[in-house]
Amino acid sequence: MSKKVAFLQGNEAAAYGALYAGCDFFAGYPITPSTEVSEVLSAELPKTGGKFLQMEDEIAAMAAILGASLAGAKVLTSTSGPGLSLKQELIGYGCIAEIPCVVYNVMRGGPSTGMPTGPSQSDVMCAKWGTHGDHPAICLVPASVQETYEEVIRAFNLSEKYRTPVMVMPDEIVAHMRERIVFPEPGEVEVVPRKSPTVPPEQYKPYDTSFGDVPPLAAFGSGYKFHVTGLNKMQDGFPTTKAEIVQAEEERQVRKVDANIDDIVTFEEYLLDDADVVVVAYGSTSRSARYAVNVAREQGIKAGMFRIKTFWPFPDKQIKALAGKVKGIVIPEMNLGMCSLELERCAQGKVPVLGIFRVDGEPINPDQILAKIKEVK
Amino acid sequence: MSRYELRFSGAGGQGLITAGIIMAKAASIYEGKQAVQSQSYGPEARGGASKSEVIISDGPIDYPKATTVDALLAMTQEACDKYTHDLKDGGILLVDSDLVTKLPTGNYKIISFPIINTAKNEVGREIVANIVALGAMVALTGQVSRENAEKAVLSSVPEAFIELNRKAFSIGFEKALAASA
Repeated sequence: MSKKVAFLQGNEAAAYGALYAGCDFFAGYPITPSTEVSEVLSAELPKTGGKFLQMEDEIAAMAAILGASLAGAKVLTSTSGPGLSLKQELIGYGCIAEIPCVVYNVMRGGPSTGMPTGPSQSDVMCAKWGTHGDHPAICLVPASVQETYEEVIRAFNLSEKYRTPVMVMPDEIVAHMRERIVFPEPGEVEVVPRKSPTVPPEQYKPYDTSFGDVPPLAAFGSGYKFHVTGLNKMQDGFPTTKAEIVQAEEERQVRKVDANIDDIVTFEEYLLDDADVVVVAYGSTSRSARYAVNVAREQGIKAGMFRIKTFWPFPDKQIKALAGKVKGIVIPEMNLGMCSLELERCAQGKVPVLGIFRVDGEPINPDQILAKIKEVK
Repeated sequence: MSRYELRFSGAGGQGLITAGIIMAKAASIYEGKQAVQSQSYGPEARGGASKSEVIISDGPIDYPKATTVDALLAMTQEACDKYTHDLKDGGILLVDSDLVTKLPTGNYKIISFPIINTAKNEVGREIVANIVALGAMVALTGQVSRENAEKAVLSSVPEAFIELNRKAFSIGFEKALAASA
């Protein structure tokens, strides 16, 4: 039997990806350019017994998904920059209380309300540094409609596997463009279930590290009772200021991601084997980059592309290796130089990092990238 | 590479994004080609310049926006003034002759007929002007067959309006052929 295909927008694909991953609770507050996620899920979730909640604002929506996740649901919210700013306090709460959830954020211009219908890539730092304190960060940056579908599924899997919030951040172009999508059959793509407790309720501790860095999470309402707080906590979930416990717990929370970078980080290497110039790109900008790299090759320039699919954790190891091989790195991005900072950090001065930064609401076109490739000597 | 670029432009509310989606769907789902549709519009629900771009190719499409446009539809003077700058030499320009009176200079294949007026008076509803225009663009560009385009139209509109849209598409297709003959 041939697979089901459709012609869909990135946002619509995200909603269907969430359903494939088993999302059964969505809370959000509509905002351009991510509203279509709410539109699809408001129609689809009730059909299978799931819950759709339109909350009074973005903060409440974030709180609602954290609560629902603690009750055992697989949860999603969708938003854009201004909403992401509002959600930050509770994203931090999700990190410290270790609550699996997926935040789908479509990047539009900013700061504040910025340019609601214009594309941007200026939320990538907010994905890591938006909430205060040391905490793990996972952020995926898809570049096509099909990939948005797949990465939303992966985001659910990562959030369950590492018991932490995960962000999926397409730019407005990817979120709003339409392409053909092929749906996987049920069971074809792995869906990771939440690790449930194996001990009886009276022995259960929500942060019991004898089960490893990612302790099992019981669902409220299933007979397990435990304490949840945003304060630094002990294994039983109650607050503590005991130095050695706080230090160990903070380190463990960050280690959940840091020790598993190779499991989390994904990327695409395009024509890199003999490349003198590497364009590092992500999201829709990588599509312009691929076009430019192809034209450069036709003109005899040895250009290649490293496409970031997982922005956080950042692919440090891969970029460091590239920096030792190529003559220059070109980074086109729809912000005033965010990924650029990470690349400079990884390149450690070994090669020049040339940025193309655009925040006027227009995409970075292949000609701009080609011109920059030619500046690398 | 066989990259073909179309742009549907006009004012917000004229249904041009829908027209672009249907063209791309016809190519991608029914014609067996690859297609990407993207759009750009202002914060207004109605009015303001609006455009929808469709890239059609036999192979994978990387850059999803137009580079040099092969065929352009302009449904308002503002859209015609704003969006023809990257229409390629010898490219197709379809305009509504009632609304676009100042035509760009350049080596374009210009086709004009009263699109909105046709929808209103010959099809019977002004609201299907976008489908009249789509029929015309299908005829002029030859990127998808008439049959596949019609399938895409009919699968994209509500049941109650199938006949209306079929008629709009057909009249648009025929008018464009006559106007470009």
